[in-house]
Amino acid sequence: MPIRLRRLAAAAALAAVLVACSSSSKSSAPSTTAAAAPTAAAPTSTTDAPMTGTLNVSAAASLTGAFNAAKPQLASGNPGLSLTYNFAGSNALVTQIEQGAPADVFASADQANMNKLVTANLVGTPIIFARNKLEIAVAPGNPKNITSLQDLGKSGVTVVLGEPGLPAGDYTRQVEQQLGITVIPKSLCPDVKTCITQVTTGEADATVVYVTDVKAAGSKVTGVMIPDNLQPTISYPIAVVKSSHNQASAQAFVQSAVSGTVQQALLAAGFIAP
Amino acid sequence: MRRTRLGIAPVALAAGALALVILPLVGLALRTPWSTIGSDLRQHDSLLALRLSLVCSLGALGLSIVLGVPLAWVLARYKFRGRALARALVTLPMVLPPVVGGIALLYAFGRRGFAGRWLYDVTGWRLPFTIGGAIVAEAFVAMPFLVITAEVAFRSIDRRAEDAAARLGASPAYRYRRVTLPAVAPALAAGAALCWARALGEFGATITFAGNFPGTTQTMPLAIYEDIEGGNEGIALALSLVLLAVSLIVLVSLRDRWLGSA
Repeated sequence: MPIRLRRLAAAAALAAVLVACSSSSKSSAPSTTAAAAPTAAAPTSTTDAPMTGTLNVSAAASLTGAFNAAKPQLASGNPGLSLTYNFAGSNALVTQIEQGAPADVFASADQANMNKLVTANLVGTPIIFARNKLEIAVAPGNPKNITSLQDLGKSGVTVVLGEPGLPAGDYTRQVEQQLGITVIPKSLCPDVKTCITQVTTGEADATVVYVTDVKAAGSKVTGVMIPDNLQPTISYPIAVVKSSHNQASAQAFVQSAVSGTVQQALLAAGFIAP
Repeated sequence: MRRTRLGIAPVALAAGALALVILPLVGLALRTPWSTIGSDLRQHDSLLALRLSLVCSLGALGLSIVLGVPLAWVLARYKFRGRALARALVTLPMVLPPVVGGIALLYAFGRRGFAGRWLYDVTGWRLPFTIGGAIVAEAFVAMPFLVITAEVAFRSIDRRAEDAAARLGASPAYRYRRVTLPAVAPALAAGAALCWARALGEFGATITFAGNFPGTTQTMPLAIYEDIEGGNEGIALALSLVLLAVSLIVLVSLRDRWLGSA
């Protein structure tokens, strides 16, 4: 037994060493992060109301890129601010806030989830801070020559769509109905990133996701626009959580999302102004 | 030592099993932007997440050992009404989608959950959205791996050694420590390794029950999720490889030292 214990201790020590090694290289992290900051939307003229203290922002996963891009700017403009994001699916965030998660601001990817918290009287009046559009994502260069949603029904075109319940998929089916077409997807993806990955890996020829997703995927996919008259209303509401102990800063963040630093980052990520 | 001849079929099937595990890893390694891996790892606070992952997974393992091994013992050695049901209940977290597990934990231990509300009113303390919550979420999902392995071991060891010790006057505690435990030690170690590995990779229950707070509950899988969602696939791949490397090192060293290299 003692020998075994010693060996377990050795394994634990190894793990500890790994952590220790890691923390030593961590010291160089701030400089890298700072250097990366200018690549984020570099707004110059926007002014936010001052934010200070601890601010927890629960935000829909699809806002990850934009909100993180705004963080360095928010940090440098508000030295007393300790900003923490909590990114997850909007519905999970709603349950968390209902159960007392530390949240000062809630930014949702859809109205339905926000409405649950409004009904429960847990958040203040929501404001729309961004909109999004659907776009067809195809392989780079559009080898299958897809120009419209109708083309997704052509034989020889493999399509994947978001599964029922995933807003991107539901919106797409809504538009199909409007057009009177039915696209039969080869498979249904559980989240938008998976839909995109199926296209980038060549498993599928096309999928329908948000404009922001196509933009985030960069050169790995080509976007095919869907006309405005077919676009569903996709809006992102934000609200201050009523139980927040930092109401002023929470309000300032909401304002920043609507028209300040965070809004600039959202526009840079491809979101549409409210 | 005489080498027994291995049939071709099991070797071929074993190769297929290995390929199933290894090929996706090769795919991951091929897509990893190795030239920028250093800066990728520094860009995300990956070491914070790694440390949290180790703390939470070891915490979950500790909780699973303290609660799960006695549970396995009771299930293996005591006959009581509802034992079959208890056995089935223990495995339930393995079939439950982890996100549902996280929601269930919230409904129980959340501030407005039926147990959490009471806890909060009495102590002002809450479990979700804390590092304790992350540990509990991981233990919820990972403990069955230890309990099942340990229960099988407790049931399958030769009881005659225990009986002999008892007849020689050994107290139950002494018997357990000196006879039973050494006999089941390899199985317990294997179960513990499984439990720890499952806890290390846990995602769904953790993000739902504990939230995705960097420095508090954002373990490696959650950090990877954030990078994928944020469009930083390269960083996500780099983090995944670090997670894989750490678990591989620990599991290989455990296998060699604890389970004996055959």
